[in-house]
Amino acid sequence: MTHADSDPKRESVIDENLKRVYKEALEEGVPDRFRDLLEELKKQDSQKGSAK
Amino acid sequence: MSSGDPRDELVEHLPAMRAFAISLTRNGATADDMVQDTLVKAWTNIDKFQAGTNMRAWLFTILRNTYYSSRRKTRREVADIDGVHTEALAEKPAHDGRLAMKDFRAAFSLLTDEQREALLLVGASGFSYEEAAGMCGVAVGTIKSRTNRARQRLAELMQLDDDEKLELTDDATMSVISASKAASF
Repeated sequence: MTHADSDPKRESVIDENLKRVYKEALEEGVPDRFRDLLEELKKQDSQKGSAK
Repeated sequence: MSSGDPRDELVEHLPAMRAFAISLTRNGATADDMVQDTLVKAWTNIDKFQAGTNMRAWLFTILRNTYYSSRRKTRREVADIDGVHTEALAEKPAHDGRLAMKDFRAAFSLLTDEQREALLLVGASGFSYEEAAGMCGVAVGTIKSRTNRARQRLAELMQLDDDEKLELTDDATMSVISASKAASF
């Protein structure tokens, strides 16, 4: 890659925006279904896992 | 409890998993299905997780593999043709140094999945090129060229390559960007 491909100023503007978009997604919160799913998996395991 | 079940840590990674999935797919329903599949896979294959290694990297790897295998099933690979969707970004972004989030999202969605993925892993999530390469199962150079091309493509779409760009990206402008970000929240 030539140095023209990695203009540091352009890169920082893009990464700044990228991080902002990503941060928004991070802060969106997580639906309960995932925590419920983990609980459910745990329950199933402890039922069949008593032999383990 | 100190050497606890690594599965107890899964919950901590949920927000990052979901953010990665949503950013990669740009579709909340698809993303949530991916996260769900990944949780089940991670739970049942936890013995394959090496204690002491980066769990988030492991989870993201499962997540992206889940995505690509479902993509293969549902449709032929979308052609990686630069420029094919460019006209979708008809409006030239305002040249006031502030990249509207809307514009950035639109441009980001025009990247290929592989480019988005590379940028998300390296640019947004802070993984090293080496880590990202391991997660994607490709050479380090491939990740580097994907992120380079992705940034270049974004710059084209956002028209950051115009002559005016330099004056827009100096420190003063960065503070404007920060200020406008603060104001918009």
